[in-house]
Amino acid sequence: MSRISGGQIDRSKTLRFSFDGVNYTGHPGDTLASALLANNVRLMGRSFKYHRPRGVISAGSEEPNAIVELRTGARQEPNTRATVIELFDGLQAQSQNRWPSLKFDAMAINDRLSPFFAAGFYYKTFMWPAAFWEKIYEPIIRRAAGLGSLSKQDDPDDYDKGFLHCDLLIIGAGPAGLSAALTAGRAGARVILADEDFRMGGRLNAETLDVGGAAGADWAMNVVLELSTMQNVRLMPRTTVLGAFDHGIYSAVERVSDHLATPLPGKPRQILWRIYTKRTILAAGATERPIAFENNDRPGIMLAGALRAYANRWGVAVGEKIAVFTNNDDGLRTVSDLKAKGLNVTLIDARKGDEVIDSAGRLGLKSITVRRGNGQTETLQVSALGVSGGWNPNLNIASNHRGRPIWDDQMCAFLPAPESIAGMTCVGAAAGAMSTHAALTTGATHAIAALAELGIAATADVPKAEDAPLNLTPAWYVHSGKGRAWVDQQNDVTVKDVKLAKQEGFVSVEHLKRYTTLGMATDQGKTGNVLGLAVMAELTGKTIPQTGTTIYRPPYTPVAMGALGGRARGHDFKPTRQTPSHKWATEQGAIFVEVGYWLRTQWLPRAGETTWRQSVDREVLQTRKSAGICDVTTLGKIDIQGTDAGLFLDRVYANTFGTLAVGKVRYGLMLREDGMVMDDGTTARMGQNEYVMTTTTANAVPVFRHLEYCRQVLWPDLDVQLISTTEAWAQYSVAGPNARKLLEKLVDQDISDAAFPYMACGNITVQGTRARLFRISFSGERAYEIAVPTRYGDAMIRGLIEAGREFDAVVYGTEALGVMRVEKGHVAGNELNGQSSALNMGLGKMVSRKKDSIGMVLSQREGMTAPNGYRLVGVKPVDPAQPLTAGAHFLAKGAEAVAANDGGWLTSVVYSPHLGHSIGLGYLKSGDSRKGERMRSVNLLAKTDVEVEIVSPHFFDPEGERLRG
Amino acid sequence: MANPLKSLTPLGHDAPITETIGAVTIAENIGTALASLASRLGREAEVASAAKTASIPLPGPGCAESATTYGAIWLGPEQWMVEAPFATHEDIASVLKPIFGETASITEQTDAWVRFDVTASDLPALFERLCSYDLRKAGAGAATRTVIDHLGCYVIARTETEVSILGPRSSAHSLHHALTTAAKATF
Repeated sequence: MSRISGGQIDRSKTLRFSFDGVNYTGHPGDTLASALLANNVRLMGRSFKYHRPRGVISAGSEEPNAIVELRTGARQEPNTRATVIELFDGLQAQSQNRWPSLKFDAMAINDRLSPFFAAGFYYKTFMWPAAFWEKIYEPIIRRAAGLGSLSKQDDPDDYDKGFLHCDLLIIGAGPAGLSAALTAGRAGARVILADEDFRMGGRLNAETLDVGGAAGADWAMNVVLELSTMQNVRLMPRTTVLGAFDHGIYSAVERVSDHLATPLPGKPRQILWRIYTKRTILAAGATERPIAFENNDRPGIMLAGALRAYANRWGVAVGEKIAVFTNNDDGLRTVSDLKAKGLNVTLIDARKGDEVIDSAGRLGLKSITVRRGNGQTETLQVSALGVSGGWNPNLNIASNHRGRPIWDDQMCAFLPAPESIAGMTCVGAAAGAMSTHAALTTGATHAIAALAELGIAATADVPKAEDAPLNLTPAWYVHSGKGRAWVDQQNDVTVKDVKLAKQEGFVSVEHLKRYTTLGMATDQGKTGNVLGLAVMAELTGKTIPQTGTTIYRPPYTPVAMGALGGRARGHDFKPTRQTPSHKWATEQGAIFVEVGYWLRTQWLPRAGETTWRQSVDREVLQTRKSAGICDVTTLGKIDIQGTDAGLFLDRVYANTFGTLAVGKVRYGLMLREDGMVMDDGTTARMGQNEYVMTTTTANAVPVFRHLEYCRQVLWPDLDVQLISTTEAWAQYSVAGPNARKLLEKLVDQDISDAAFPYMACGNITVQGTRARLFRISFSGERAYEIAVPTRYGDAMIRGLIEAGREFDAVVYGTEALGVMRVEKGHVAGNELNGQSSALNMGLGKMVSRKKDSIGMVLSQREGMTAPNGYRLVGVKPVDPAQPLTAGAHFLAKGAEAVAANDGGWLTSVVYSPHLGHSIGLGYLKSGDSRKGERMRSVNLLAKTDVEVEIVSPHFFDPEGERLRG
Repeated sequence: MANPLKSLTPLGHDAPITETIGAVTIAENIGTALASLASRLGREAEVASAAKTASIPLPGPGCAESATTYGAIWLGPEQWMVEAPFATHEDIASVLKPIFGETASITEQTDAWVRFDVTASDLPALFERLCSYDLRKAGAGAATRTVIDHLGCYVIARTETEVSILGPRSSAHSLHHALTTAAKATF
């Protein structure tokens, strides 16, 4: 075994790499597999279950055996296929699933114990005791089986996502794909040509066939060269199309930097592309399949086409004495190509009754036993055996939309059903057209047809090429001996396992797959599936199409999780929204809380405060004592205009708005169609036909979407225009007894109680800057919300702080806001939980019966109005020293803590610094008539059981005297 | 009218930031005032007429158009975002309202958005990493609403080599980060 002449590798450059700590060299153009073979390394891995020595069997992404861990440290990547790893200088690879070494693997004892490990053994063996399964059996099995290991370190590389558009997506750059691309490219269509290989040309790179009088590989290179000069063609080598999705959308992973030791600075390792295409051509080629025989899994036994590819493309002979076992003429091509390289090749032609019945060689093939058609057996000393049982079209993507493949008797393979995916056609070997001529022709003609549908005229110029038939006679597995013949090498599924599955009644293909694991894992059965079906068909006396086939989901080949996640991880997991006071708050050391994407000040610690409660208590007490300032920009703001704006509001709000005077604000309750509360907030009438609605922070987008739906779909006859202004205004709440005095220092207008009473609103100016003022209160204090254009938001918070200095005003965060609203009995997110009605919240009278509004009718449903339904109540502990726990459920004294006795639950709990104890809001059955009642609030998770008294939800200033001043 | 309150740019600085990454320049632009313009029901012709008189272009779907003072971006049926120089139209809504009277609803939008002007010789290569908008096909004068890094944005192709992005102002820093990251990754 060694390098031989020829191949598309650059021998002028040497690349150093290591495998299991041993240093080797290769050349640019090599894969890890070709370089290892060139260095006489056939043993590359151990099998999944039996830890059998395994070597490479293919030269492509279908590889089931040569699975290695690549790189080291944080970049270590398990389960990569040596056959598709592009060699780079410094590459480090390790074998996996072996201990202590690849050559001596202690777990190979499994192979000796194989009679106990037949398909489904774990279902039968680890039945008892049941409790052992999760903690004992499964961990042991997982440790014994499996493939590579994770580094458990953060991936240091970046992954991008992207979007591409084209007229024609061509998947695969073999002869068919190149022919299609050339035809479409010359016609001026927008073309994307994607191929998983780093070198375009497909099988032409692995063959010695002529195309148009030139070597096939040279023709491919020249076509790629011409395509690369076309502005309308995007060539995407190292790009695997993963699957077909709806409406002409395909996903693909481009391996931007995998052929480098590390990505270039700032550049991603891979890009996950979403490709929008009008038409698609699937030119993904075909995968050769083996013929199963006893011990057909030794390193050195390969697919015949792969053996040929290593010789022709990479200049590697996998041994000097070679045999080829084939049932079709393509295998003969391997024989002639290898002989042309000066190698000693023996043909075993299944069509003549010759068969390989066994092999020998512990860590690599040494000999095979051949039974000739005349019954004589002989042993051949060979170090490589090429096997060809025919070819399976790579129809995977064509079945992504559940298109069932169709059996073709002549080719003995499944072909993609026509129009399996709208807008996609299959060409070349992927469609069962196995000759080069057929590939070139179907590629061109289908490209012409696809473009014609788009109104683009194209013509074909197909070069001459071989058009030989496959001449295949079916041969699936060799009926000989009692040993094991492998069907699916990755999962160690043998012919015996398929027989066992049939014997135990798992005959359907879906059952066969799950019982034996045939077709699972990283290769998804690309080489083994059809063989497994054929064995089952023979056992059941059915035809293969009668037996059926599984179909494929995306992805076509394994995808790194990083590529799916893209840049959405860590700090970049999602964008954030900053309030206008963010810069100032950051300077002050504010603690932020995420509310949606917003970062809101949760509390602002001062020097000496060691717990959050100290800060929050201070903020609450000082606000109620003097003045507090809070950034409320995050509340949704929707500008509603039009001559029917008032009518529109009457329809979307449960209470009346048409009568709201200009310059006034009203609290509004919005219901869903089912009568449940959707959102609440205030709406201000700024002009005759102009309103400003505020929503809760969380519901800003859903409410806007709802209003747009109402406007566009429900009532297009209304003259209403909407636009969000949430971001346009920096809005601050100024609350407390000194709120007015504080604002009077900044506002240019008269805002005395007489000029600007409770629930007034208007356009004002702040030192000449246009602004808005709303006299509304969530805290229960005399309070205002003042808004300035967002660019002045930072200056405004600083101005408010300065103006408030003489009042010792504080800035309060969302925690203090929460305390004050619970003290006032105002509902918020915990109560607006999507399952509560206005009646539940004690706001039933707000639902006007004098007009129709969304949700009004259904809010009156039986059950919604039941007197024993949930009602909002206030809750306090009987012993003030005992804290309450939100989420705790109400139980009668002495009642068992079971669901049947559940009386409701505590929705919100805070510590009231005014009252000096915990207080809460909750939903209690018939709560409106149970004030003064004592019961228990029980939280089984927190293990709390507190005696509580049901009180009014208005803990503080129940008459509302403070907010009117 | 003088403004004693000091303004900050969407990125939180006193002056807009311009960053050049290889062949890409990303410039925060605070020089444009914005207001939404929506025709009142049944007043569409009057809006078109008033706009024509005031030299305010009203482009069709998927388009943006600029005139001497005003420009506009199509937002939806009978709805546009009107642009004008901030220096002369800081209070743009109050300038537009007399033009259209009761025929249209006008809402100040200047501070709702951050605007980044992105220039590069190969903008489509950058934007294919940012959003699903087919900028290669769009051409100058095209505009659309799209999503960039989870953020709803408007992309306006001013010329073949200059694009404006309007994104939510509160997420200016996130959007800027997305743009600079994509620029570094692309070029």
